[in-house]
Amino acid sequence: MSLDIDPNTPLLWALRDHMSLKGTKFGCGIAQCGACTVWVNGEATRSCVLPISAVANADITTIEGLSDHGDHPVQVAWDELDVPQCGYCQAGQIMTAASLLKKKPNPSKTEIVDGMSGNICRCGTYHRIQEAVKLASEIASKKKTKSTVKKSA
Amino acid sequence: MKSTRRSFIQKTALFSGAFCLGFDWFQANGQAASMVQTTMDSGRFNAFLAIDPSGKIILYSPNPEIGQGIKTAFPVVVAEELDVDWKDVEVRQANLDTQNFERQLTGGSGALKHSWERLRKAGATARKMFIQAAAQTWNVDASTCKTSKGFVLGPKGQKASYGSLVEIASKLPVPTEVTYKNRKDYQIIGKRTKGVDNKNVVTGKPVFGLDIDKPGMLIAQIIRPPFGATLKSFDAADALKMPGIIDVVSFKNKVAIVGKSTWEVMKARGTVSCKYNPGDLESDATHQKWFDEGMKTDKATVQRKDGDFAAALARSAKVVEATYECPFISHSPMEPMNFFADVRADGTVLLAGPTQVPQSAQKAVASLLKIDEKKVEVELSKMGGGFGRRLNNDFALDAAELSSIIKKPVKVMWTREDDMGGGIYRPAARYHFKAGLDAAGNMIAFYLRGVGINAGNSTRQDNFPVGAIENVLVESVNQVSAVTTGPWRAPITNFLGYAEQAFLDEVAEAGGKDPVQMRLDWLARAKSNPVGKITYEPDRFIEVIKQAAEKSNWKKKPGIHQGFSVYFSHLSYVAQVADAQIVDGKAKITHVTAVTDCGEVVNLSGAENQIKGAIIDGMGHAMFAKLRFNEGVASPTNFNGYRLIKGNEIPTINAYFVDNGIEPTGLGEPALPPTGGSIANALYAATKKRFYKQPFEV
Repeated sequence: MSLDIDPNTPLLWALRDHMSLKGTKFGCGIAQCGACTVWVNGEATRSCVLPISAVANADITTIEGLSDHGDHPVQVAWDELDVPQCGYCQAGQIMTAASLLKKKPNPSKTEIVDGMSGNICRCGTYHRIQEAVKLASEIASKKKTKSTVKKSA
Repeated sequence: MKSTRRSFIQKTALFSGAFCLGFDWFQANGQAASMVQTTMDSGRFNAFLAIDPSGKIILYSPNPEIGQGIKTAFPVVVAEELDVDWKDVEVRQANLDTQNFERQLTGGSGALKHSWERLRKAGATARKMFIQAAAQTWNVDASTCKTSKGFVLGPKGQKASYGSLVEIASKLPVPTEVTYKNRKDYQIIGKRTKGVDNKNVVTGKPVFGLDIDKPGMLIAQIIRPPFGATLKSFDAADALKMPGIIDVVSFKNKVAIVGKSTWEVMKARGTVSCKYNPGDLESDATHQKWFDEGMKTDKATVQRKDGDFAAALARSAKVVEATYECPFISHSPMEPMNFFADVRADGTVLLAGPTQVPQSAQKAVASLLKIDEKKVEVELSKMGGGFGRRLNNDFALDAAELSSIIKKPVKVMWTREDDMGGGIYRPAARYHFKAGLDAAGNMIAFYLRGVGINAGNSTRQDNFPVGAIENVLVESVNQVSAVTTGPWRAPITNFLGYAEQAFLDEVAEAGGKDPVQMRLDWLARAKSNPVGKITYEPDRFIEVIKQAAEKSNWKKKPGIHQGFSVYFSHLSYVAQVADAQIVDGKAKITHVTAVTDCGEVVNLSGAENQIKGAIIDGMGHAMFAKLRFNEGVASPTNFNGYRLIKGNEIPTINAYFVDNGIEPTGLGEPALPPTGGSIANALYAATKKRFYKQPFEV
């Protein structure tokens, strides 16, 4: 995909305003809250401070591309444990969690807490976020589900 | 709430052949229902419950969803009484519809309390009509039929789906008398029901206000003046030359940068310079001075007076005094303020976006533009939190005014800095308490003065322990400020609840009493012989206190320092015990036990979410949140300086609910007010240090 816009445009706004991918959220604009988390070449990254010039030819995965049918183990676990309250931060939480599980398929409680603590949830859904990461790891280990669908910028 | 509108339950056959019952959910309870036939407009039927022949049930949820789970809880009640399988229910968000809905707002934890009876009636009425339709078809007595999961079951094994009965049922008169299920037969109420929006949320569907995209829509950001200042001039020459910028305009001391995309607007905004006439600019020192003056003035408003406080204090054996103070804080919902407005040449207006009070937005915009309210349409979006911030429609007014000036559809977007720096805030307040104890350590005199800044009455003069104490004086002083304030989750009590519960801990200690037993003794008094009027039910208070003490092993956990609190908030009762432990030489809250009486729990999953979320919210703001003011400007204005609680800072929480079957009351707010108290009291138990100011800065 190619875009003819200011190369300093943060990836977040390129996704939202120019690619109509609204799942990635704006929360703070200074990489503090994690609502804008996407994957850049598979790494969880804050898109609100990342100029698109820095991601030329990179592989970008947003919440919309995490799975074909909303059935990534993390998405399934999030629904199963009824994690969302307002839901606004959850796309970022899910992208962070899915990235964490790629690196550590069976994370310990401490690894989950530490791995997820960079993402703010103003509603305070933290307990269920942590439980859902654990559940997602269990679902994934059972199903060996693999996410292959990505949207590229 | 007393309704002046005619109550009705209406029924009509949809053009599509669906059975459609419209219920005014928002009438006062217990009014007789009468049938009204209406002609349906295609595509927009004024009903809240529709069942098509395939058996699919569509429920419209009128109240704005802010994360409190109302879009799930309301339909649960209807589906229960209708007796259908939850998986057959589809929930849709209704837009603002003042013809058919009342109280279409989110605030005050009041929705379920208000609509419980209406929702049950909606379901039970339709269920009865399906039974009657089946009985008629089978030529049997309706009393011999029952229902199960969307089917009517006849006496001889007959079985018919609601969907197959739609046509006959839709021709029956609407019954006025219905019976409700026995709560022991509930299949959905009280169980765990997942949020109806979960799938949209976890797949990133564009459901929030920020995601709104309309044809021809422009993007704008607004520069606001310091509080108390007025705009003198602005220079936007550079901005106007930048790509994607359409216009830079000024209204009401604000400067709006309008462009084609968010980033272009943000970039251009940085080049606009504004000059202000300073006016009276407030700083922290100003507010401290106002607190001092408010505490000294003899012109306080008396909010409650029982007995003779001064005389009782004079004869007290011991006096306990303490002063508590909280700063202005930001609501900081994760979705910053934003709103769409299209003020059209034909005189109509479309508003769309996240607001807790869509009807107020409609009225305010109609008034601003001097047009008929009927010309203002409001579409509701899901909200990325609100916590009271979206009760103030400043964002909707800004969007409408700007659209009327530029004559284009526009979405006004706030940055986090705009959101945190531009108001609305939880009012800052200072409280002074005095307690007089007799020789036996019993509190015989209780005094509270609240001085709030733009807080109105900063006390809640009728709340417990008032009603149990012989001599009481409660006074308030309001200081008027240019800093804009408004309700913040559990208005006033979000801090007052903490201050009171922390002070009562000192009273217990000074009187040599156990904090739990002291409250139980007072409640026995309030029950048997209340002092003046009381607004709470002592028995419900007593029950949550007893259960919390039992479930937390109150004062029976070696090495654990516990703090107690209990509060009556928004008609629900929450008792908490916080556990503190010394970890690496520092006191840390490790666990909170909460027992809540909110009557019937409609959705256990959602209810737990509200309790745990409110406790985490209350704890985070008690410990970390603070805004400072310097010459009318707030700081910090983003999360790098303004600390919100994170996932590695939370205690474990056990949330219990009293099972009493009383009609449900609110849950969005009630667990927050007692939280600061339970944790401050636990931290005191661990460290012998009292916390008189928020944030605690432990």
